[in-house]
Parts: sequence; structure tokens; C-alpha cells
Amino acid sequence: MTTASAPSPSDASTRSSSDKLKDAVIRLAGNSQDGIQTVGGFLARLAGRTAQEVMTYMTIPSTISGGPSIFQVHIGSGEVLSPGDDADFLVAFYQHSYKDHISSLRDGGVCIYDTDEVEPDLTDRRFTFIGIPITTTTIEALGGSARDRGKNMFVLGLLTSIFDLSREKLTAIIDRQFGKKNESVLRNAMLAFDAGYSYPISESLGRDYGIAPGTMEGDHRIATDGNQMMTCGLLAAGVRYGAGYPITPWSPIMESLRSELPKYGGLFVQGEDELAAVSIALGMAYSGHLAVTGSSGPGLSLKMEALSYAVMAELPLIVINVQRGGPSTGLPTSVEQSDLLQAIYGSHGDAPRVVLAPQDVEDCFYIALEAGRIARKYSVPVIILSDQAISSRIEAFAEPNLDEFMVEAELDIAPRDESFKPYPLDGLTRHAPPGTPLTGGIYPVVTGLEHDEWGHPTANPELHQKMTARRRNKLIALAEEIAEPEIYGDAEGDSLLVGWGSTYGPIREAVDRMRSNGEKVGAMQIRHLNPLPNGLDKSFARFSRVAVIEINGSGLYGCGQLATLLRARYCDPRIQSVTKTDGLAFKIREIVAGVENLKNNA
Amino acid sequence: MSTAAPSPPEKLTKKMLTADHPTWCPGCGDFAVLAAFYKVLEKLQIPHEKIVTIAGIGCSSRFPYFVNSHGLHYIHGRALPLATGISLSRPDVHVFAFGGDGDGFSIGGNHLDHCARKNVNLTYVIMDNSVYGLTKMQTSPTSPIGYKSKTDPTGAIDQPVNPMRKLVASGASFVARTHASQVKHMMEMFERAIKHPGFSVVEVLSECVIFYPGAFDNSIPRKGGEFEVIDERKWDETSEDESRHDVTDFSAAMRLSEEASPGKFGTYYEVDRPSKNVLEQKWIDDSKAKLGGASDKEVLQARFNQMK
Ligand SMILES: Cc1ncc(C[n+]2csc(CCOP(=O)(O)OP(=O)(O)O)c2C)c(N)n1
Ligand code: SF4
Ligand SMILES: [Mg+2]
Repeated sequence: MTTASAPSPSDASTRSSSDKLKDAVIRLAGNSQDGIQTVGGFLARLAGRTAQEVMTYMTIPSTISGGPSIFQVHIGSGEVLSPGDDADFLVAFYQHSYKDHISSLRDGGVCIYDTDEVEPDLTDRRFTFIGIPITTTTIEALGGSARDRGKNMFVLGLLTSIFDLSREKLTAIIDRQFGKKNESVLRNAMLAFDAGYSYPISESLGRDYGIAPGTMEGDHRIATDGNQMMTCGLLAAGVRYGAGYPITPWSPIMESLRSELPKYGGLFVQGEDELAAVSIALGMAYSGHLAVTGSSGPGLSLKMEALSYAVMAELPLIVINVQRGGPSTGLPTSVEQSDLLQAIYGSHGDAPRVVLAPQDVEDCFYIALEAGRIARKYSVPVIILSDQAISSRIEAFAEPNLDEFMVEAELDIAPRDESFKPYPLDGLTRHAPPGTPLTGGIYPVVTGLEHDEWGHPTANPELHQKMTARRRNKLIALAEEIAEPEIYGDAEGDSLLVGWGSTYGPIREAVDRMRSNGEKVGAMQIRHLNPLPNGLDKSFARFSRVAVIEINGSGLYGCGQLATLLRARYCDPRIQSVTKTDGLAFKIREIVAGVENLKNNA
Repeated sequence: MSTAAPSPPEKLTKKMLTADHPTWCPGCGDFAVLAAFYKVLEKLQIPHEKIVTIAGIGCSSRFPYFVNSHGLHYIHGRALPLATGISLSRPDVHVFAFGGDGDGFSIGGNHLDHCARKNVNLTYVIMDNSVYGLTKMQTSPTSPIGYKSKTDPTGAIDQPVNPMRKLVASGASFVARTHASQVKHMMEMFERAIKHPGFSVVEVLSECVIFYPGAFDNSIPRKGGEFEVIDERKWDETSEDESRHDVTDFSAAMRLSEEASPGKFGTYYEVDRPSKNVLEQKWIDDSKAKLGGASDKEVLQARFNQMK
């Protein structure tokens, strides 16, 4: 928690806007059935409406019957890049919530606990403890009959008053969410909310925790999670067809596409398994559409044979992989970035395909557009590596301008004449989808066998050589169009921190922290992982050390997966690895310590 | 790409449909299947550019190369989901899938069940030779117990799949069985299958003369076998009609599939059930109607507005 002016949270409160907080990290700890996710969602959407920044982080048990769950919200009036290392506020619903999460509270932080459930160690002088009978107060507010439902709304009201959030805007959001269901649900929600809002907590707090108004530009701001933004990106990219099979954390994308696509005249099919799903999607692609399939690690493995086919037949396809902890069923609801090498190399044969990774929730939209553009232009499968963290966390950001980005879905079945050649050695791939009249009278057969320029199977050694090169050269040509990633922070100096995917925010915060300590450090986020952008070595050369930060194992030879690739490409021993596999997103201090460690071992 | 105005549709001929000379062994049953397919297409006069021929991997699955039409030669066992993607996203074209017994009943067995139950609008022809031909004589899921192959040198020991039982049970809305040595019957079954709205599947006994010669002799009359065609109910209100096979009767179709080898040939099952294509299109139409002509951009903008 940082304040606009100096006073530390323990200072006495004065209500002047100059000492309003710039940001705060709030962790709600309870069970999954308590609806704390809902509260987090409301807070995030509120931030979007009040030009504040927000980033959330949540854990949900992988079992349906519930279990411990947390939702952490980082709200700020300026840029917020990570869910925050330590919480300023902990709301503990149960004894286990208190026990498991008190260590996430920073020194001087505030622990609000439900006196009906929790007995904290009040002698712990590091924290301010505020006990509130959350359960009984909520039950009283709801007229005594509603068991312990509504505790989440009570806490939301409490937080609204503590942080001086806009009650008016928040109730409008609640109204829209619950009003749809029915009157009594909305009434109960508001009763609980108001009970929390009017609870006399300010006396116990001892200071003002109001968050300063937001500085983020524009009123066109939206708040949502990565899976939803990916869905929107696909829709904007002109994807109208797709197929998938459910798996956490990919399922929300396929569920959204299933209900959204019919509105666009399209269709998403639930296949009997991932082999069927990728094949159905390839059938749609062969039919002349931009199609999508997706999964998480285990399902991506099942799609590998078909993806090799797509490379050989040069069919465009977007493949989403929302990574989770592996191998095997692994950690289904935890974050990990360990599918990079599978995405690039997982198929048999020389099967070059494009691999991209969004860096935050907002970027899911733009990466989907980029995937669509590349798939169309180069007639190649494009894998998007999202991850569990991006998929589920909520961020607020500027709404994309659809006038600029919306791509028309078109089907080209205009007649082709006798010069039609799907795989010209000197040009781009162009298929003739079913329904296209071939005026020369010869129809094309798309095949996974090696073939000549017309697609006729051949085992001619020279042609296999040339066609293998042709498939590779498409990606080499693509690399030429990719802009070199910008460097954040210092453009030269001691350490360059390189990341991909959801580590973007924490890496930037780590750079800020290290620079404020006088170090010369920069950060580079790579969104195009295969092919890599050209010219990275020029940036690398300006630093004494290139620290590749990724959430995966350090491998047999001491390098994470991207570090391995960068080393293979540049043969540069300055490229080193900071990795971890605890199933959690990187904390800022872990990144700082990791880089520090590289320095000390140099 | 030509910009010339489309010329009036030419009459579809066998010649136009003929592509490369098939690479099958001389005498392979699959030649007759190909010839029958040409003839039926010629008869039905489907516009040339709307014919799509799909297959997996196997000798039989080389089929698309021998038909001059849009086609795709896919991977082993997955022709049906691929064909599903075409059928659902391009209701304007006619999708034909071909393949062998290994492709359809073994590696692709699960896809077959699901494509059938979903009643995807396409026609699937299984060329059953009771052996793996392309990979040179391994046991297939329809090889009978005792068949000596390279993977069962002392004779197959596993209970084979009963194709008709599996197909009827799968929920396919049209199921027929025919024989590559009976061209007229084959054509009749293909024509009915193609005209059937929804998922239609035809099993063709098609001999592999190299690895399983004589496999179907007991259903070839000139080799002493019996080719018995199902006597279908005519609904002519005669008393003998009672004993004829009602193709809409699921239990009767299942009973027919239990008959001992060589069994009967013809249409086992045929019902009208809305195809997935029709049901999905209804959802699309209903969704579109609710939006009152909003453009794609407006629909997506509305979604963004929900996130504010
Ligand atoms: C994934 C995969 N596994 C195995 C093979 C090898 N393979 C090709 S065709 C075939 C069996 C073909 O048998 P069937 O489907 O009965 O066709 P037939 O050759 O008899 O017409 C096998 C095992 C393959 N191509 N791909
Ligand atoms: S091996 Fe058998 S199935 Fe294959 S082409 Fe020859 S005869 Fe036909
Ligand atoms: Mg076979």
C-alpha cells in the first residue's frame, strides 16, 4: 500500500484527499461457496467504472464441493501491474482462512475477521485486528432466516465504506447482476450490503483508507477476465466456427463461444474428445472459415497429430492453450508456463507453427486478432499460450475500438481457373474450399502426404526438401514483420528481464523496484514465441545479463523453456534462467531475489 | 481466380469424376465401390463443385485421390469429425466419407458412435475387408476368430465387432449393408444413403485379394455362398407384409444384426430424426432473430457494454 503523500497507515486519520491511498491490496479468504469471487468481480468492475486500475487473483479448489478459496484484489488510482505480493487487508471468514493467510498480510496490515468463526492470536503485534460478527450481523440484516448467505455482500459493504468507494456506482453494478435473477435475491443482497456499509468500523480503523480517484484515461473502460477477453478477440478476429472439449481452465472460452457464435451466424461444437475437436475445427478451416479449437495441456497433447497434419496441409487454425500445472492432470487450477516447448515442438516431423502469448487480460483480445491475421495470411496453425492466471483474473482497461479492429468473416469460393496451385513454391498458400468451381475441371485433394505444388502426393526427395523449406520459410518471413519488443526501463545496463505471458506485470514491477534501488535494469516481454522476433540479440548485447523469468522447471541443464530457446538461438551464455514451479504467480520479491541470485553466482 | 461469369452447369459425367488411376491391387474389391460411387453421383447430378470426398488412412481411405472432386485425405481414424466440421459449417456441400474397418471400427470407433448419435448430415461408406490392408495384414476389429494374421499368427482370439449391431446401436439414422460384388445393390444402397437427411452409413464387404482372399465367399453366389437381401415392409396391407422387415423398427434391426454369417444385405434401419445441422441452424436462426438484425460489431459492442 502506497500513499499519495507520506503518512503510514498507522498515522491518525485526517480526511483530506491529499493523503488518500494510491492503492491497496485486499485478500478475502473463505470457502468457494461463500461467493467471494462475486465480491471480487464487483470490486473489479467498479474500478473499471471509476478510472481506477485493478488486478485480481483468485484460487478456487478443483473440487466442486467447495473448499478454501481466496480472492485478492489490487485496486489503485494509477497503473496496477500485479495482484500484489502482500495484502494490506485480510478478511478472514474462517479459522482456516485466518491460519493459512495471515502470513500473506504485510507488517502493519489490517486483519478483519468474523468473530463468529475466528479466534486470532491477538498478541501478534505486527497486525491490527478488527473483529466483526460477520455471520450474525448478516443473518440479522436478512431477517434471521437466510443461514449464512450474504456474508460476501456484507463484506463488500464494509470494504466500500473503508475504502470510500462509490456506493452509488457499486449498487448500480449489483443491481444489474442480481436484478436479472429476481427481486428477492437483489433485496437480500442490498440488505446485507447496507448492513456492512453502515457498520461502524471507522472508529476501530484509526485512519482513513479512502483510495484516491483514478487517473486512468477515458470513460470507455471495461473490466473482465482473460478467458472472456480471448473470446471477444476471437469474435472480433472473424472467427465464426470452432470445436472443443471441456477442461479447466479452458472451458469458459468454449462455453462463451458456444452461446455467442450463433448470434454471429456461426457455431461452436462440443466434440467427443480433443482429437475430434481439433478435427472438427480443421474441417471448418478446410471449408474456408477461420476456425478455433482449444484446450489445456493434456488436451493440447491429444491434438498434436492433427496439428502436424495442419502444418503439412497448410490449413489455418487458431489453437488456444490455457496452460495449467503439469505434467499430466498436474495442478488443474494452478498457473504454470510449461507447455511452451510442447506448443512449438510437440508434433511429429518438422512441423513449424506459430506460437503467441498474451501478456495480460487486455492483450488476450489483441493476441487473438494477431493470431487470426497470421493464420489467414500464412495458412498455418497458430497456438495461443494463455495461462490459468490470465484466464481467471480480472483487470480493468480501455475498451477496444471495434471500428478499428472488427474483422469481417468472409468465405471465398469464387471460381479458380486452371492456373490454381495451392502450394506455389514461390508464393503464399491459397486453398480452394469446397464449393469453389475449378474452371479447369481438376479438383484439389488436400493431403497429409508430402505433395507437390498442386497438392499431388509425391515422395520425390527434392520436393520433400523444398516443401519442408517452404513450410519453414513462411515462419521466417513472418519473423520479418514482427516488431522488436520494446524495452521497459533502462535500455542498457546490468540486467534485462525477459518474460512471456502472465509474468508481464510482476516483471515490470520488479524492474521499477530494482531501478528505485539505483540499479540499471530493463524488461522485455515476448509475445511472439515462434517465430521469435528478429534482432533480440542487439538488445541483449546492451546488458551484462539477460534473466529469463518463467513459471516452469529449470530443466536438466539449468534453463527454463524460453531460456532454452533463446540460448539455442543466440548461443549467448549471458542468457540465464529464473524459474519456479510452486503453482503460484511470481511475486515481485521473488523476481528481484532471482535476479539478485544470478548476479551473486556470476 | 477467374472473374468470368459462371457458365451454365455442365452435366456431371463419370469422366469428369475420374481422377488418377487407383493404386489398389488388381482385383481389390474397392474398385467396384469407386465405380458404383461414380455412377450414383452421375445419376443424382450433384453439382461438381459441391461434392466433397473425405477419408482417413488405409488402402480404402485412398479413395479421395481417385475421385475428381474437392477432397481431403486426413489422418487415421478421424475422417468423421473432420467431415462433421465441413458438414456443419458448409450446409451447401455434400460430404462423403470413406474408410476401412480399422479406420472406422478401431481407431475411429468412438468418433463413429458420436457422429451417428448427433446425426450429422453426411454419408459414410465403410469398406470392410476384415483386415488391415495398407499396413499389410494385421488383425482388424472385424477379423473373425481364428483368422491368421501377422499379429495373430496362430489365429485371431478376440471377439470381433459386429458392424451392423454397432451401427444400429450407435443411433445412426440410416444403416445399410451391401457387397462390393453386387454393384446394382451397392448403387441402390448408396443412392438411398445419399438421399437420407442426416447421418447415413453403409458397410460394404470389400475383399482384400492379397491379405484376406475369400473372406466373403459365403455371401458370393458364384462361389457357393448366399446373397440374401432384406425383404422390406411395403405397407401394402397384405398379410405377408407383417413378416417383412420394418426399417423404422429399432429392435427388428438389432435382431437382424444378430443373424449368423453371412447375414442379410440391405437397409437395416432408416428413420427421420432431425439432423444436428437442422437443430444447430434453428439455434442460429433463433439467436439472430432475437437480435433484430444487429451487425456482428454491434453484438460484440453490446458484450463490452456488459463489462462496464
Ligand atoms: C495414428 C496412426 N496409427 C497407425 C497408422 C498406420 N495405419 C495406417 S492404415 C492402418 C490400418 C488400415 O486398415 P483399414 O482401416 O481396415 O484399411 P484398409 O487398408 O484395410 O483398407 C494403420 C494401422 C497410421 N497411419 N496412423
Ligand atoms: S492390399 Fe488388399 S485392400 Fe489394399 S489395395 Fe491390395 S487388395 Fe485392396
Ligand atoms: Mg481393412
